Amino acid sequence: MDKTTFSPAATIKGPMHSSLRHDSAHKHVTGAAEYIDDIPEPAGLLHGALGLSDRAHAELISVDLSEVAAQPGVICVLTAKDVPSVNDISSGGWHDEPLMAETKVEFHGQVIFAVIAETRDIARRAARKAKIEYRDLPHWSDIDGALAANAPCVIEPMVLHRGAPETEMDKAPRRLQGTFRVGGQEHFYLESHIALAIPGEDDEVSIWCSTQHPSEVQHIVGHVMGIPSNAITVNVRRMGGGFGGKETQGNQFAALATIAAKKLNRAVKFRPDRDEDMTATGKRHDFRVDYDLGFDDEGRIHAVEATFAARCGFSADLSGPVTDRALFHADSSYFYPHVRFASKPLKTHTVSNTAFRGFGGPQGLIAGERFIEDIAYAVGKDPLEIRKLNFYGQPGSGRTLTPYHQEVADNIIARVVAELEESTDYQARRKAIIAYNKTSPVLRKGIALTPVKFGISFTMTAFNQAGALVHVYNDGSIHLNHGGTEMGQGLYTKVAQVVADAFKVDIDRVKITATTTGKVPNTSATAASSGTDLNGMAAWDACRQIKARLVTFVAETWKVAETEVEFLPNRIRIGAEEVPFNEVIRKAYFARIQLSAAGFYKTPKIHWDRKAGRGHPFYYFAYGASCSEVTIDTLTGEYLVDRTDILHDVGRSLNPDIDKGQIEGAFVQGMGWLTTEELWWDGKGRLRTHAPSTYKIPLASDRPKVFNVRLAEWSENAEPTIGRSKAVGEPPFMLGISVFEALSMAVASVADYRICPRLDAPATPERVLMAVERLKAL
Amino acid sequence: MSGCIRFILNEQEIETGDFGPTDTLLDYLRLNRRLTGTKEGCAEGDCGACTVLVGRLVGGRLVYEGVNACIRFLGSLNATHIVTVEHLAAKDGALHPVQKAMVDCHGSQCGFCTPGFVMSLYGLWLANPKPSREEIERALQGNLCRCTGYEAIIKAAEQASLSRPSASDPVYGGHEKVAARLEALAASETVVVEKDGERAILPGSVAELCRVLAEEAKSTIVAGSTDTGLWVTKQMRKLDPVVFINHLPELQQLEVRDDGIRIGAGVTYAAAFDTLSREIPAFGALIARIGGQQVRNMGTIGGNIANGSPIGDTPPALIALGAILTLRSAAGTRTMPLESYFIAYGKQDRNPGEFVESLFIPHPPKDSHYAVYKISKRRDEDISAACGGFFLELEAGSVKTVRIAFGGMAGTPKRASAVEAALMGQPWTEATVKAAQPAFDADYQPLTDWRATAEYRQLTVKNLLYRFFLETTGQKQELQRYPDAAE
Repeated sequence: MDKTTFSPAATIKGPMHSSLRHDSAHKHVTGAAEYIDDIPEPAGLLHGALGLSDRAHAELISVDLSEVAAQPGVICVLTAKDVPSVNDISSGGWHDEPLMAETKVEFHGQVIFAVIAETRDIARRAARKAKIEYRDLPHWSDIDGALAANAPCVIEPMVLHRGAPETEMDKAPRRLQGTFRVGGQEHFYLESHIALAIPGEDDEVSIWCSTQHPSEVQHIVGHVMGIPSNAITVNVRRMGGGFGGKETQGNQFAALATIAAKKLNRAVKFRPDRDEDMTATGKRHDFRVDYDLGFDDEGRIHAVEATFAARCGFSADLSGPVTDRALFHADSSYFYPHVRFASKPLKTHTVSNTAFRGFGGPQGLIAGERFIEDIAYAVGKDPLEIRKLNFYGQPGSGRTLTPYHQEVADNIIARVVAELEESTDYQARRKAIIAYNKTSPVLRKGIALTPVKFGISFTMTAFNQAGALVHVYNDGSIHLNHGGTEMGQGLYTKVAQVVADAFKVDIDRVKITATTTGKVPNTSATAASSGTDLNGMAAWDACRQIKARLVTFVAETWKVAETEVEFLPNRIRIGAEEVPFNEVIRKAYFARIQLSAAGFYKTPKIHWDRKAGRGHPFYYFAYGASCSEVTIDTLTGEYLVDRTDILHDVGRSLNPDIDKGQIEGAFVQGMGWLTTEELWWDGKGRLRTHAPSTYKIPLASDRPKVFNVRLAEWSENAEPTIGRSKAVGEPPFMLGISVFEALSMAVASVADYRICPRLDAPATPERVLMAVERLKAL
Repeated sequence: MSGCIRFILNEQEIETGDFGPTDTLLDYLRLNRRLTGTKEGCAEGDCGACTVLVGRLVGGRLVYEGVNACIRFLGSLNATHIVTVEHLAAKDGALHPVQKAMVDCHGSQCGFCTPGFVMSLYGLWLANPKPSREEIERALQGNLCRCTGYEAIIKAAEQASLSRPSASDPVYGGHEKVAARLEALAASETVVVEKDGERAILPGSVAELCRVLAEEAKSTIVAGSTDTGLWVTKQMRKLDPVVFINHLPELQQLEVRDDGIRIGAGVTYAAAFDTLSREIPAFGALIARIGGQQVRNMGTIGGNIANGSPIGDTPPALIALGAILTLRSAAGTRTMPLESYFIAYGKQDRNPGEFVESLFIPHPPKDSHYAVYKISKRRDEDISAACGGFFLELEAGSVKTVRIAFGGMAGTPKRASAVEAALMGQPWTEATVKAAQPAFDADYQPLTDWRATAEYRQLTVKNLLYRFFLETTGQKQELQRYPDAAE
């Protein structure tokens, strides 16, 4: 290299802790970003459509598909008989989830058959020509129905127990019991599920699938096809949103596409319509929480007992870990001296519920906030006061042990809440609101400040591992691959920042490549907010290996001590000399230095014994708080969110702007869950809210009119995570709870705050109005 | 008679007769032209991922509007300029100011909704040099984003408004040339496109429309396709022949006369918005809550009436205003009070060969009171749980005229005649209103469904009468997101 063109830079472009744009932003806005349906279609591509059950629970008497097959353009029809190996796509290996129903259907919308045709339109139309005879069986589609029917659990329930709630509950000066219901939620990723399978030679197949978990798609396809994982390559460059809805739910589409592709030796694509996607794939679990609280006149909690019954759907899917996580988070930010929580993962005749941002945590956490609210109204105090009174303490306080016997060692919630209380002028605003409500006959206001503490790590210890593959080519360009998937959260960007920072090169030099099982094996789902923690560390490890080889090589070649070698922006200092990165790489190549490495990471410290209900399931906690002010209309139950302030902890942010985007988006999604997003099944067990016309996620005009989001910039992860950052995907979702609690306060005003409104979620205008009416009548 | 339609797609002039009557613009773009920047998110005009701009001549002026390509039939696009997201960046790859603002403000995360947002923002940017936050929100009512929480997108809209269209702008730059080309493409003769035995018919005039409907008993009349589009994408119905009317200027007349306002059946919500907001502000405010901007750019008030839906937003509001409907056929025209048009669920007073030609709203008398209330789970872009109009004239403090009509409460948009009877002649007082409220139970027996329970609907309707009373007596208390902004 001509050294005259080399001008040393003081810094690199795109290091860790800088606000870099999403790596695909330019492609997003020009329409050039390729999603799976945009990939140029292979010659002879065929299209699949699903044939779905229209009964909630029934035996299949006869399935006549002759008319389906006879439609012009239909190539073949697949039923359970066409599954080459095992007709099961259960992600947990429970064998309770057939790919296609055989003798009975267990929810309205279950796949019975699939049509493969020349065009998607032909396939969709043909799928409606099936003649299916059913014999109806008794069905229940909700939690109360399941409880009344004494329904089985889809998986062994979990119990968390600490102290002696059995005796301490009775000793508490005050007691109250209640029931709280919180609804489910549709993911509503903008890109529906999709899978494209291209058959290869022998048993090989290449699959492009909108999935958060390529390794599991690989595993399930192998299981269904009876072929080893080494024959299957699963690829995904990006998803149009995931939110947990693409953790296990993509398996069925990939499996069906593969069966057809191998059978017909043609490429096959499945892209369900939005209604089919919403009908045939799982959602967030709704819960019914029955609780018993022991406390004192001050509002300090003595004992808590609660049962968390969840609508799981017809199979286990991820309901075990989801309901477990609800229990793990029912402490919210509070120390319960004596506690017993039990889960009830109930089987229902509905689609099998699945992962969704927070993974049961939000349902548990909001129950914890309901406990506080109920106590606050009982003792006649502001819920915030009761919150602060019951916060976990600092190490040594004797108030740090969670119901699962892990110490909360990194507690910063008191500081986060105090700062937000101060910056939002909470106390004065609350006073002003109470005064306003006295004089306002129709409109009423409410304000609430709620905390978030969220445990980071998969509770399944084995999932806390990741791999990365880094190549440095001899022109100095870097190829980055890892097991994480990109669904909009900016993971690819953040990991590229890690690599740029590791080599101290401009990020433009780092090519981010599509996730594929062929490059990094045995990956975990990009889930549990863990994407950056795990894959960032794995990439860092790969870079470390290459750098170590480079240092050794350079030290030997330039004859300096290894301590004399330092990576500077786009160059390497070797003794007194500074050599451009490219030049070092080129020399290293000619010296036959290996410039490629597979990195690996596993989270330290964690372990969990589910049977005993004890362990250290979380590596660390992420914290946050939000304060929301709302106005409700007591004639119609309609409301507006006037203002929200958020202070959130992401440790030392790897990318502050991307993190802020995650927080804003998560908050609005959490607010949607608790306000306008309502899943509604009819008496026949049919989901009737299966498209955006009937299922209402927040719009731009629903976000808080004033919306201030700040990072707790002083925070740093106590654990040595990548750059001391913290996970950000899920924790801010629960910041939406402040909107719900503010609505509750506005409702409470009609009875002068004497009674806890016990509003259930989602707080649709109807639920708000009915709560107002209930309180007025008391 | 011609067998082809002609339009401009980005830069290319296209003449085609190779499409079915219900082929959608979205499928055409993605499958036939491989313009895959435009996405399918819902195929029902709700999420906006498929938003493209359609330029058309309105009274000689070229207007670009965002539309939902997923429910827009290709046959309705004769003599238009279709602009997709691929057309925005400059030839050298430089981003358009709207695109650049979205990048700078982190307006995209997963990116799937982004092309649709870019196109909606582009439509706003062309139409409004300095949009307020309220106007930005209204422009984005038809675009769903599940990742960002919207704040970044709103900021992008504000940043984009700092730069204004230049001569190099892909749409603005070639305005006059495009206008001239579209003028040349417009057909005055009837166009019939046939594929696989199914026909799309574009009558050359209203007289031709009368003739076609007289001859083709099985015709489906399509104006904005915001309802019929879903018959195809969701119910997979075959429609043949489809008779398009959205191109007929005769049906797009909107006149404010001495005695009232005449709205042609082809007038879109968007086209009527300014006039109606000025003449009858409460009705204008209702329009701003119908669908998203894309739906308002396509959908027509005439269509909202003609399809007979019991949950259409405009009929109850119009019935309360005493609107008159005109139907036309080859045999001539006939008029009726709008409420008479709705006979029963799924049944309207429209004979074979007839079509809705226009609507007439008499000017509300000076001292009369009028209000419209729409109740929905989500405030914007939602279908009503209940939507009603209240009209009141007082004489010496007593009720002289009252008309109350609701949608969502019965199988048709329906007058609350028992309540009206309870109010007529009575002094307009809180006591009268409270005494009349129970009469709603005689008027309506609503259903429980996913939008609301029967109990909620009934209670809310009663409360809305009370709200109307408060409003007419200067005690209005209503949620307003932007109380400072002019309605």
